[in-house]
Amino acid sequence: MSDPRELYQQVIIEHNKKPRNYGDLEPCTHHAHGLNPLCGDDIVLKVVVADGVVQDIRFLGQGCAISKASSSLMTVNVKGRPVAEAELMVEQFRSMIRGTLDTAVDPNILGKLSLFQGVKNLPSRVKCAVLPWATLHSALHGEEIVSTE
Amino acid sequence: MTTATRTPLDVAKIRQDFPALNTPFHGRPLIYLDSAVSALTPRPVTERISHYQSYEHTNVHRGVSTLSQEATDRFEEAREKVRAFINAPSSAQIIWTRGTTESVNLVAQTFGRSKVGPGDEILLSAMEHHSNIVPWQILAEEKGARVRVIPMNDAGELMLDDLESLLTERTRILGVTQVSNVMGTINPVKEIIRRAHAKGVPVLVDGAQGVPHLPVDVADLDADFYVFSGHKMSGPTGIGVLYGRRELLEAMPPWQGGGSMILSVTWDKTQFCGIPTKFEAGTPAIAQAIGLGAAVDYLKALGLERIAAHEHSLLAYAEERVAAIPGLRVIGNAKAKASVLSFVLEGIHPHDIGSILDHEGIVVRAGHHCAQPVMTRFGIPATTRASFSYFNTREDIDALVSGILKVQEIFK
Repeated sequence: MSDPRELYQQVIIEHNKKPRNYGDLEPCTHHAHGLNPLCGDDIVLKVVVADGVVQDIRFLGQGCAISKASSSLMTVNVKGRPVAEAELMVEQFRSMIRGTLDTAVDPNILGKLSLFQGVKNLPSRVKCAVLPWATLHSALHGEEIVSTE
Repeated sequence: MTTATRTPLDVAKIRQDFPALNTPFHGRPLIYLDSAVSALTPRPVTERISHYQSYEHTNVHRGVSTLSQEATDRFEEAREKVRAFINAPSSAQIIWTRGTTESVNLVAQTFGRSKVGPGDEILLSAMEHHSNIVPWQILAEEKGARVRVIPMNDAGELMLDDLESLLTERTRILGVTQVSNVMGTINPVKEIIRRAHAKGVPVLVDGAQGVPHLPVDVADLDADFYVFSGHKMSGPTGIGVLYGRRELLEAMPPWQGGGSMILSVTWDKTQFCGIPTKFEAGTPAIAQAIGLGAAVDYLKALGLERIAAHEHSLLAYAEERVAAIPGLRVIGNAKAKASVLSFVLEGIHPHDIGSILDHEGIVVRAGHHCAQPVMTRFGIPATTRASFSYFNTREDIDALVSGILKVQEIFK
């Protein structure tokens, strides 16, 4: 990372300040608790799935700007999508952060989420960005607790 | 004040001993404010380790070769250096471990296992590192005992008025850190030990953050156990110390079994060595022990009192500078503090602060510092912690302050 502003772009700062879909969601059909014990990021994700579509999704918790903005942008981007597409996004987001998917070259459905691509150059923050996605994966698969450690 | 304290440290000269400080980091000079997580290793220590490993190495306490005898001598000289450094009565009471964590586990699994029973109590302070909590919780779970806690106030000082009521007839041991790794609080361990002893309770002092910053005298403290790590005091990782009172160590059963720690082995019965060998099964961390001995020499040459005076003046300067930053709150305002400055910034998570400071070439610790109960006590998930060592300068602190202002600018 040549400049922290490459990562801490305005969108991330803004979603950190005003996270979307923040709060509790009851009743829900799926939920999971994501923990990053290294830095204390902690999110609870609740999802309503009906007719194979993510009808609603909300998160609660605390964490750094990267994890909070990643959670916020994830909810915005998966809400209303078929579960299969949400799963594909989980996979593609992880690949992007691992550096095996270049959003500028490889076909993907990540859209605006590509702004997290810079995290791959910051190994210590990878887990923060991936936490909500790992939690979504667990929720959709009926696992109640997930740790990125 | 002694003459040695009045002559300040020659910091510019000291910095020449740390190659990392003279090597660009993200294209800038490295500003290392993270000695509380692990101290940088000065060249005389790394050179001593390299020399031992290159020219003097073989196994210790084995065989009749001259090389083995000399390796053994160097290894035992290091033990003697550590003994003198903390004023222990005998080098037999200096047991090598992997570090503070292993030292506490050793005590919990030997002394603790033989002394703690159902309904008994283990008393710990509210500001312990996980290494002085979890081994006791494991023991308490196994034995049906319970862990009780000495509370602390909002300044991060232990509340000792009611200590006697926490020291009950069921209390089997009291564990307390000499210096808080999160807040830098220097606890009055000598007084705590005196009051615990008055109730017949032995005390384990976690000296991991104490021994690099304060002159330590275990005899004067009257500590029953005193534990610390090499890597927090300019030595290598993988080596640490358990000091114990002789009669306690002698009465404790061995911990790990294996080579070195035995007098004789037959299928019917094995006889164990006396202290310290009884607790040192297997081939020890020889190079690391010798490296720790070199670190003791290095710190002694600088002078612990001069180190403490330098670090204290850095802390005072840092506290004054950060007091002018709006939205910054210092966690831990004890009257007696070592050179640790933990803080939170309104609306900005410590990990983001740490990442941005890192880019500025400033290394700090951001996180819960392996002391989650302290975070819970203050209602925060994490802090950013700058810790100052004998090689740090006021310019380092100026850079920290500029870095914090830059973080606030990005998050504006």
